[in-house]
Amino acid sequence: MTAATTTFRWREPSILPGFGLALGITVTALSLIVLIPLAALFLKAASAGPADIWAVATSPRTLAALKLSFSAALFAALVNAVFGLILAWVLVRYDFPGRRLIDAAVDLPFALPTAVAGISLAAIYAPNGWVGSLLAPLAFKLTIPFTGLSFGFDGKVAYTPLGVMVALIFIGLPFVVRTVQPVLEELQSDVEEAAALLGASRARTIFRVILPPVLPALMTGFVLAFARAVGEYGSVIFIAGNVPMVSEIAPLLIVIRLEQFDYAGAAVVATMMLLISFTLILAGNLIQARARRRFGDV
Amino acid sequence: MSVAVTIETIEKRFDNFPALRGVSLDIQPGELVALLGPSGSGKTTLLRLIAGLEEADCGRVLFGETDTRNLSLRDRRIGFVFQQYALFKTMNVAENIGFGLKSRPRHERPGRDEIRKRVGDLLDLVQLPGLEKRYPSQLSGGQRQRVALARALAIEPRVLLLDEPFGALDAKVRKDLRAWLRELHGRTGHTTVFVTHDQEEALELADRVAILNEGRIEQVGSADDVYDHPATPFICEFLGEVNKLPVKVVGSQAFFGDRPVLGGLSQNQGGPASLYVRPQHLRIVDETPLALPGTVEHLRRNGPIRRAEVAVEGLKKRLEVDLASQVAPAIGERIRLRIAHGNLFAAA
Repeated sequence: MTAATTTFRWREPSILPGFGLALGITVTALSLIVLIPLAALFLKAASAGPADIWAVATSPRTLAALKLSFSAALFAALVNAVFGLILAWVLVRYDFPGRRLIDAAVDLPFALPTAVAGISLAAIYAPNGWVGSLLAPLAFKLTIPFTGLSFGFDGKVAYTPLGVMVALIFIGLPFVVRTVQPVLEELQSDVEEAAALLGASRARTIFRVILPPVLPALMTGFVLAFARAVGEYGSVIFIAGNVPMVSEIAPLLIVIRLEQFDYAGAAVVATMMLLISFTLILAGNLIQARARRRFGDV
Repeated sequence: MSVAVTIETIEKRFDNFPALRGVSLDIQPGELVALLGPSGSGKTTLLRLIAGLEEADCGRVLFGETDTRNLSLRDRRIGFVFQQYALFKTMNVAENIGFGLKSRPRHERPGRDEIRKRVGDLLDLVQLPGLEKRYPSQLSGGQRQRVALARALAIEPRVLLLDEPFGALDAKVRKDLRAWLRELHGRTGHTTVFVTHDQEEALELADRVAILNEGRIEQVGSADDVYDHPATPFICEFLGEVNKLPVKVVGSQAFFGDRPVLGGLSQNQGGPASLYVRPQHLRIVDETPLALPGTVEHLRRNGPIRRAEVAVEGLKKRLEVDLASQVAPAIGERIRLRIAHGNLFAAA
């Protein structure tokens, strides 16, 4: 009894063999492709020395770039979570002409070279582009009384932080749609019918009955879209304008440091991105794991 | 609380498949009615129509005097138990059962404590006290079934509808739940309609059984009515085991080949007919003018019943014969069978 509870068990013994082999392959592949390169990154960053690391890490330009990268990625992932969910719902629930075409088009951001996406977006969202020229007259500025806070939209999308978000929304959309879609397909319509017969309004049915089981998948899609958006480079640099302190993303800053042969500086920025991303993704996964444990599969 | 349900000449097609073809049925307040039929007979469609989950192409359903076509799903006040239970898996048992009460408009909604008390009472009623905090994934099939029933009862339904309520459960649990549901119905007295393809279940549980076939109700009646006086050959074959004999009626006697097998028939039916005889209505006899000679080919036992398969000349299928306890024929023995009771239908 005591032996069973106190001895550390490496794994549950199983009748089905293969654990050792599978773990070996996993560790080897993960080391070669992920862990060793990342370790090298940490070493390179550490080679800069504490003072230099601190200087790079706290420089206003670095902080501004990180802030833009993560806030734009977060915003884009949120937008994608909402519209991706609606898009997936429409694709699963309704049959209409062209449904398969739209379904296929969802994956295009995966396939398209990101530079192509960036250039296209920049062209149509530029002040003289198709969409950009329509948005220009919509400029507004609002000041909240007594607080002195103001926000506004100056009519420009391309070459502003807003442009960064547009590009990140574009590249992140498939992640949400593709993770949520299979879960929506599995939802039984009898649950919806049960809610309606019990007297629930449509809104209550959606928010209390339909959405909760979809939430873990939506969270996965959100985290994936966020992670992809944080690391995105190709499409953003064409539409962002890349003004330091305003629309310069962290991945671009890393490339700039590299071009200046400041390898340690680049490594420090990269390490900061890595740590923040890892923390956020881990948190997202833990939330999902909790939800899955609780509800199981019925 | 309970209302009468009147179904008036309902027709329903899916694409071009006619699911219901002119179905009418009157259900008394507090009655327990079974819709029985093979798959594809339209029984589930009829149940969903009563619930309002499908719309009829023509005809209507009345609750008491109210035409349900004008009622929203909420206002119909239907307690519906789905075949797969359709529990909300992200809610615990108490939240599932309380869902209907919490969904009411604000001025009709009971208070939090009132809801908690009602949920507790309902869990006692379905004999699952103390399971409020469990999630559906932590319950057995029979427990989920009862939670689904409690959830349906929570809204004080005018009509309780159950779709194959025991379909997904194993045999032992089915038996227990059947007796329990009968008793529960006796206590709560809801007008109840349930769908089943299991004739034993329907006959045991229901006050009246409506038997559907190919979108029509073939017969409505008590278990005794439909079993002892089947209205159509389909019902004869669908309810329990039956032997079918092609016969010819002349005068008051039915002839198999040129041998008279059943007498005392009313005079008005003549010509070719099918005689349906249940295994328990065939007796082995020594000598009688109306008897069917045959050879015992196989003997088997099914629980308390001993069964003989008897080959009869001129009949492809062997006759199934229930044996009385003192009778013990040997395989290969020539015997004579007397038909104690049979149902005769003119050949189509």
